[in-house]
Amino acid sequence: MKKVFAGIGGMATAMLLGLAPAQAQDTIKIGLIMSFSGQFADLGTMMDAGVKLYMKEHGDTIAGKKIEIIRKDSGAAGTAPDVAKRLAQELIVRDKVDIIAGFSLTPDALAAADVFTESKKVAVIMNAATAIITARSPYFARTSIPLPAAMGALGTWAAKTGGAKKTFTMVTNYGPGIDSEIAFQTAFKAAGGEVIGGVRFPVANPDFSAFAQQLKDSKADSVYIFVPGGEQPAALGKALAEHGVTPKTVKIFSSGELVNDEPLKSMGDAALGIISGWSYSWTHKSDTNAKFVKGINEMLNGRNPDQFAVSGYDGMQLIYKALEKTKGNADGDTLIAAMKGLAWESPRGPVSIDPETRDIVQNIYLRRVDTVNGKPQVVEFDKLDAVKDPVKLQLKADGKLNPDGTAK
Amino acid sequence: MIARFVSLLFDGFAYGMLLFVLSVGLSVTLGMMNFVNLAHGAFAMVGGYVAIALMNRMGWPFLATLPVAFLAAALFSVVLERVLYRRLYRATDLDQSLLTIGIVFMSIAIAAYVFGTNQQPVQLPDYLRGRIVLGDFSFGVYRLFLIVSALIITGLMVIGLEYTRFGAQVRACVDNQRMARGLGLNVDYVFMMTFALGSGLAGLGGALAIEPMGLDPNFALKYLVYMLIVVAVGGLASIRGAFFTAGLLGVIDIFSKYYVPWIGGFILYLVMVGLLIWRPNGVFARR
Amino acid sequence: MNAQTPGAAFNPQEVLRAQVRWRALEIIFWVATLAPFVLTPNYLILCSQIAIAALFALSLDLLVGYSGIVSLGHAVYFGVGAYSAGLLAKHGWGEPISGLLFASVVTALVGYLISFIMVRITHFALIMVTVGLCLLFGEIANSLHDVTGGDDGLQGVKMWSIFGIYRFDMFGRTAYVYTLVATFLSFLVLRRIINSPFGLSLRGMRENQRRMPAIGVPMKSRLQVVYVISACFAGLAGALSAQTTQFVALDALSFQRSAEVLVMLILGGAGRLYGGLIGAAMFMVARDQLADMNPQYWYFWLGLLLVIVIIFLPNGILGGLAALIDRVRSRRS
Repeated sequence: MKKVFAGIGGMATAMLLGLAPAQAQDTIKIGLIMSFSGQFADLGTMMDAGVKLYMKEHGDTIAGKKIEIIRKDSGAAGTAPDVAKRLAQELIVRDKVDIIAGFSLTPDALAAADVFTESKKVAVIMNAATAIITARSPYFARTSIPLPAAMGALGTWAAKTGGAKKTFTMVTNYGPGIDSEIAFQTAFKAAGGEVIGGVRFPVANPDFSAFAQQLKDSKADSVYIFVPGGEQPAALGKALAEHGVTPKTVKIFSSGELVNDEPLKSMGDAALGIISGWSYSWTHKSDTNAKFVKGINEMLNGRNPDQFAVSGYDGMQLIYKALEKTKGNADGDTLIAAMKGLAWESPRGPVSIDPETRDIVQNIYLRRVDTVNGKPQVVEFDKLDAVKDPVKLQLKADGKLNPDGTAK
Repeated sequence: MIARFVSLLFDGFAYGMLLFVLSVGLSVTLGMMNFVNLAHGAFAMVGGYVAIALMNRMGWPFLATLPVAFLAAALFSVVLERVLYRRLYRATDLDQSLLTIGIVFMSIAIAAYVFGTNQQPVQLPDYLRGRIVLGDFSFGVYRLFLIVSALIITGLMVIGLEYTRFGAQVRACVDNQRMARGLGLNVDYVFMMTFALGSGLAGLGGALAIEPMGLDPNFALKYLVYMLIVVAVGGLASIRGAFFTAGLLGVIDIFSKYYVPWIGGFILYLVMVGLLIWRPNGVFARR
Repeated sequence: MNAQTPGAAFNPQEVLRAQVRWRALEIIFWVATLAPFVLTPNYLILCSQIAIAALFALSLDLLVGYSGIVSLGHAVYFGVGAYSAGLLAKHGWGEPISGLLFASVVTALVGYLISFIMVRITHFALIMVTVGLCLLFGEIANSLHDVTGGDDGLQGVKMWSIFGIYRFDMFGRTAYVYTLVATFLSFLVLRRIINSPFGLSLRGMRENQRRMPAIGVPMKSRLQVVYVISACFAGLAGALSAQTTQFVALDALSFQRSAEVLVMLILGGAGRLYGGLIGAAMFMVARDQLADMNPQYWYFWLGLLLVIVIIFLPNGILGGLAALIDRVRSRRS
């Protein structure tokens, strides 16, 4: 008898699935694939806040077409790239979207790359930071930060100006971590420094004291750190402080995540003096940024924006500006052509899209944690103008880059 | 050399003690009531968020939030026990897992809705920060605090279970539920109180864990595996087992990550699988 | 077959034969799986992933539902299957069907090795060992970054067309036909195994672990066999996933995936052959629809669904419905 219900269940499934969307001519649909839930939910929250803020400021009509957003959660099953790929396919096949944007994590973007090449749809990467992604499909454009660009700049500065001689590197053991480790080490050595050791820690790692001890025992005069968002920055920062590793004893260089608001609050004064190389902090001084920070504050109950928020904001900005240029034509080839070389004033300063690689070109700021109004805060003290991704420059020099920016 | 060894031992043990406080309640519910409570992490999360809310929104001192975190998680668990868990005491393990996983999912969404998806920053009072230096040796103050707390909790639990009337009742219910009922013990009440106690400890652990482990809505799921490992290796319903196992696992984890970082991630799991094959009822099990 | 009930007019052969016979509803069920081609042609990719999840859940049912072995680490086999199929395709052999066979053989071997551990322990320890092995395999795959791509996932998996004709297309048509056929054929095999004297002895072991050896059933070797079969089909599901998405990520080996497939199985009803299939479909559709409606907080609704199902339909959807029907019937008579 139970088989009756097996049958009915199957039918019900089929019925439930039968909701076909209608299509309209004068709208442009944008599919957002982000991790709205799961381990990286906060990343999605920030990116989406950026997207929402841009649309709030600039309206939902561009070149006479209405913009419609369809949000999809790629965090549904942890970090399952097969989900991200399916969502991309479904957005294109089922929802008939014209543009896709988002991508919290590198594997998500890599898994979906072929879908965009095959369907000729533009995909704007608002976070995933491994250098090589944009070379995997000619329809990718990126508004976040190719990690090696920032980390290479930081490595050079650390050896030349920062006074670091012997360094130890600590990165999370996954694509972006390894990417940034290589970039930092290469640049640091090229500038005359010595790398005396390093460690890569697991993505899920509740306790950092063993690694802090290792750093301490290495007798390095400086350390380079890359950790992704989430609980790791604060946990690592505290473990270092607990083992007596503070910028007073060991020079600490890091990517932007370690000095975002929440880890800074948790670390307190132990963070004073950490040097980071990154493209955005909410403390950046410009009118554009002041307005942006205010907007995000209102949207997220007083929280300050971070890199994820500004990348989401600029991702929408890129889409809007390109659509303006094509007069609302969202055809993949036309749109990506329009995106190439686009330049605008972002809350993080002047940015542009490299016509050769479709990756972002932006300033990398060197910042120090200082006490401002009695609280530790990131303060910019130097910058490098218009930094390009060194990995793709190298590919180009080796003759491994196609004219459309994909790798051979 | 010795200083480094002691330092690693200390760090690992402190980490283990945190795991102990988080897991010991689960050991009790699983072993005593035979209930697969995968929502144990959610109770810990309740404690964590209560502590955070009191500190950051109402300005309470950290230490004062700890008992409230305990009570809040205990209360929350009693409500769930009365409303949902009771119905499934006689159900299969599978049904119990599904129910409690459902509760975990809901708790994650509720936490994200109420507190946002971000990491909750916590700033401890100065007397719990920094480290104590004794010659070559140095110890993190907070870790010391964790160890002391765990020792106090263990002491209280052992005394409570071995030397009080309630403890005797609990042991009676664990060893032979039917007989206990036959002797006129109110088994339901004992269960409820023990369950509340176990969940309260989870809540306390959640509050203590914010500093080293952070707190976000995913907390309910993130550390579930670690809790299960402690319970399985320590042996069900064994406080001593959970204590030693947690300490041991913490030390192994830290040592393997220090000396062999490239394979450090899976030594812990290897040890666990090995121990379970060696002694399936738990390394420190009484039976 | 050893199990004979003495004195009763009960013939186990007859019982098995009755179970082997196809019922009308089963036929309707499988015909209904073709409905998406007509009714929801835009959801074929999701349908193919449901078919894969269903096969995965079915393979787990053999352990959990029929043999009484709860595994919370079944993703080991899914992952091994996925990586074997993916690596084979990456390194030049993209033929799908031979890839499937290759992956299931590799997984069966891994299952065979692991089965020696599995038959030694029981209960909670067994569950935790399965978890531990799953985490262990995940860590190994992560550290073999050069082979597996680590956390970035295995890239460069290029599948050839099936029979050189049917390409894996964007719309998931080929993928759904392919996964559906594979799942159906696997179902036929598993159905036959379950309704054989061997399957009956498994259920015997589930019900009474002492009596079965007493009547001469070699428990350990039977359990090993069932373990290998289960691993083999889980690997097949993993291989299907790798081939249809042309990508493998560490997630294939994760604890999360293990827990999820167990949830699907319990949701549908373990030990009921169709439980895994219904549970997988329900879970995946619910997740997809809820996540679309409420991308941020859909977890809440999914959790609520699980709680409601278990409160009102203990033993899963099929188990609960069966109990409900029994009650209605007995009230009538």
